[in-house]
Amino acid sequence: MKRLKVFLNGIAVPIAVLILWQLAGNMSNMAGVLPTPIAVIQGWEGWVFGEVGMGLNAYSGTWLANVQYSTMRVFQGFTLAAILGVPLGLLIGWSRLIAQVFDPFIQSLRPIPITAWLPFSIALFGISDMGSIFLIFLGGFYAIVVNATQGARDVDRNLIRAALMMGSNRKQLLRRVVFPAALPNIFTGLRIGLGISWTAVIVSEMVAVKSGLGYVLWDAYYVGRMDIVLADMVSIGLMGFVTDRLIVTIERFTLKWRFLQNH
Amino acid sequence: MPAIQIQNLHKTYPGEPPVHALEGIELNVNDGEFIALLGPSGCGKSTLLNLIASFENPSSGELLVHGTSHNAPGPDRGVVFQEAALFPWLNVWENVVFGPKIKGTAASEYEDKANEMLKIVGLSDFKKHLPVQLSGGMRQRVGIARILTLGSRVLLMDEPFGALDAQTRLSMQELLLSVWQQLKPTIIFVTHDIDEAIFLADNIYVMSARPGRIAQKIVVPLPRPRTITDTTTEAFNQLKREILVQIRH
Repeated sequence: MKRLKVFLNGIAVPIAVLILWQLAGNMSNMAGVLPTPIAVIQGWEGWVFGEVGMGLNAYSGTWLANVQYSTMRVFQGFTLAAILGVPLGLLIGWSRLIAQVFDPFIQSLRPIPITAWLPFSIALFGISDMGSIFLIFLGGFYAIVVNATQGARDVDRNLIRAALMMGSNRKQLLRRVVFPAALPNIFTGLRIGLGISWTAVIVSEMVAVKSGLGYVLWDAYYVGRMDIVLADMVSIGLMGFVTDRLIVTIERFTLKWRFLQNH
Repeated sequence: MPAIQIQNLHKTYPGEPPVHALEGIELNVNDGEFIALLGPSGCGKSTLLNLIASFENPSSGELLVHGTSHNAPGPDRGVVFQEAALFPWLNVWENVVFGPKIKGTAASEYEDKANEMLKIVGLSDFKKHLPVQLSGGMRQRVGIARILTLGSRVLLMDEPFGALDAQTRLSMQELLLSVWQQLKPTIIFVTHDIDEAIFLADNIYVMSARPGRIAQKIVVPLPRPRTITDTTTEAFNQLKREILVQIRH
């Protein structure tokens, strides 16, 4: 009963907004700029289930393919960012020498927004998947490195002492103490990095490639299909949400010891 | 050979002005002896423990454990930390066998011992529990079982029961005494609790602060094995009065 109440409290405002939006749309002639929720759902339906290759509707039936393009790019760029970012971050947090060598380099590049890298990326990779993946990688990389570094630096000194007392060498310390102790921070970095990766994929697809949700978003705007624009926006949000939940699920499974702690 | 020989040991932390944490420490501890380092906070008793554990290095002087000078921590000097310092992502069993496991010892060689030590500290039924699922007292028992499994002959204990409630503390003290009776390790026990020092130790070294020095050695004449009723005898109270007077000035 209580959960139902919480649920109803949570959806009250979104439902109210949708109803007002629909009513306002019915009473005005703004449909070209802002289609009503029902029009968006109808447009979305065609985008998802329509037959491919219908001349009058360039988007018909292409939703799944575009979602796959974008998701695949995010997966590739983000995985690369995680594979490089986690170990590098841990090493920077763990070793003063590695921090001295890499930290200034990373910290001086980090303030450059990923959007500013667009021309550079296109010049380097042309209009191709690689340009998009490069931007997604860059977007996820900094957040992952910085959080892993923080995690390695925050390890309880007594845990390190305990491991040394039991005979750990430095390599064992890194693998068996610093890495697991930093995992909560690493997951934080992965979640933030994934969010930025979704931003990066949309931006890059608008400019650097000719497929994916970001490409459709801009293209639909140009041809005045605002229903597709809105359906696209919701699709992006949905994918971001689903992939974030995926990481949270992995996190809950991996960090059982930590979630027990909080109860 | 004494377990620990310390001569003219100094520890100074650089700074303006430098902090003389320890000055001219002289200490000999026999093999199998149970000593307490007693003193107010800031008297350097934890620093002394950290030097013996080689978590820090002395500024000058000699510090030998079983006749050897060490410059790194090792399994021969097992440490029980104030807050247990168990690995929260490992369960009780994995924490206890961490030492032998990373050394590459075959499981068959340490499993019996680890089981025995868990039995001694009364945690045989909690092997699969994570540290967060245990009470403070139970976590300290894991910390003790861990260094016993490690085979440490010198146990360094830094106010291990300081954060526990009074009743749990008493039962932990009894447990430690029974472990000591069974295995006779050398124990250096840091505390600021006079009752605890008297109940546990053969000899109490009272320390004074700024600079940290050993002010006095007090022999505890209470017979062994000791039980909780010893803490209410006249001899116990007499000793406590003496120590209180000495600490006051």
